[in-house]
Amino acid sequence: MFDLKGYGPSLMEGAIVTIELAFLSLAVALALGLIGASSKLSGNRLLRNTATAYTTLIRGVPDLVMMLLFYYGGQVAVNNLSDLLYELYEIDFFFQFDPFISGVVTIGLIFGAYMTETFRGAFLAVEKGQIEAARAYGFTRWHAFRRVMLPQMLRHALPGIGNNWQVLLKTTALVSIIGLTDMVRVAEEAAKAERMPFHFFIPVALVYLGLTAGSELFIKWLDKRANVGVVHGD
Amino acid sequence: MAEQAPLICRDIHKTFDKLEVLKGVSLETRKGDVVSLIGSSGSGKSTFLRCINLLETPTSGDIIVHGDPIRFTTNRKGERIPADNRQVELIRAKLSMVFQSFNLWSHMTVLENIIEAPVHVLKVPRKEAIERAEAYLQKVGIYERKDYYPAQMSGGQQQRAAIARALAMEPEVMLFDEPTSALDPELVGEVLKVMQSLAEEGRTMIVVTHEMAFARDVSTQVLFLHQGIIEEQGSPEKVFDHPDSERMKQFLAPKF
Repeated sequence: MFDLKGYGPSLMEGAIVTIELAFLSLAVALALGLIGASSKLSGNRLLRNTATAYTTLIRGVPDLVMMLLFYYGGQVAVNNLSDLLYELYEIDFFFQFDPFISGVVTIGLIFGAYMTETFRGAFLAVEKGQIEAARAYGFTRWHAFRRVMLPQMLRHALPGIGNNWQVLLKTTALVSIIGLTDMVRVAEEAAKAERMPFHFFIPVALVYLGLTAGSELFIKWLDKRANVGVVHGD
Repeated sequence: MAEQAPLICRDIHKTFDKLEVLKGVSLETRKGDVVSLIGSSGSGKSTFLRCINLLETPTSGDIIVHGDPIRFTTNRKGERIPADNRQVELIRAKLSMVFQSFNLWSHMTVLENIIEAPVHVLKVPRKEAIERAEAYLQKVGIYERKDYYPAQMSGGQQQRAAIARALAMEPEVMLFDEPTSALDPELVGEVLKVMQSLAEEGRTMIVVTHEMAFARDVSTQVLFLHQGIIEEQGSPEKVFDHPDSERMKQFLAPKF
């Protein structure tokens, strides 16, 4: 097929970085999304406002700007903190921002905001009577949440999660900007060196396409499982 | 000594914002009583039922379930709330409720719906819970539907499944909130028949209903609520045949 001019193994490694980055960011995003949605729906005004500030801020700033801000700005902030701690308390603390960790945290934060909205809508879509029945049968709050709210909420959330996941997967390409050697970065270097952009970017595009197509099938399967017992109107 | 009353409610008041929906409703049941709560929409009968198992917290008044009074306290905003959530959960497990819109958990099969609370709330061993569930499904006549999901059944079947779910708790008192109001007319009969057989077994039931024939033929006590107070109360013969209240007479008068 493609003669990758010896870049094959490093492209492969880059692809693995991309996949690791995507899955870890997804885990962060799902966790933040659940926390964010619960906060937005909670009776506590402080939690509600914090969650609203979070989603407004994140959704209103371009992903790339966020990433640059976090990676470069974050390092400056840590450096300042480190100097301050040393001056004041002589504590020797330093933390080097790693592009991989920065990528996971930034992408997780960005998609956490989108997941917050997805989960919020899904929580609201669960019929009130379903939870009321759980409470009326003596379920604890946690039991009602885990056995009734969560599975029913997921039905409504899955299509949105699938969508966010696909966008998230493609957003990982941005980390090449902050110096992480993901698949895109390797391809870029190879393309420059060999002066063959098509030759290196087309395989990269195909890998992304394969990943998104595969996950679409997986989400469909999950959706079918989650919606067992739902009769769709014709 | 007289047997412990399964449920006593004393002077229940409920106010939503500024609207007083219940203005002092009391009820005392004996074991085996079937109490019908009747009245027009907005009379407070469903709210009263929902106060009994604390789906609504009464603004004032006492609820005593089998000798155990529910304890209340006041939160920072000055609202009355249950003092002990654990107590509320234990009491709710003794008062199983059948809802107007069934509220079977839609992601579980009928059998799973019925064993969920016995297994997780009452801690009945799973195997025993399944045996018990199957017996109750036989009783309400939908045993062959046990592996169906709620959405795959008719309204009447769903409500019978919901009754089996309530029975599986082996409750002190069963609360029915307009159990036939969401059903097509031809399905009402199958649900009422099941409820009648429960009444004949001597189960204590409180039924909010618009089915006057059921209230008259099956109940031991009828309460007629109007604008948050009990206008008329007594045996079905008294309430239906010799009502004192003008409202009750109007309520029973032929509408056309």
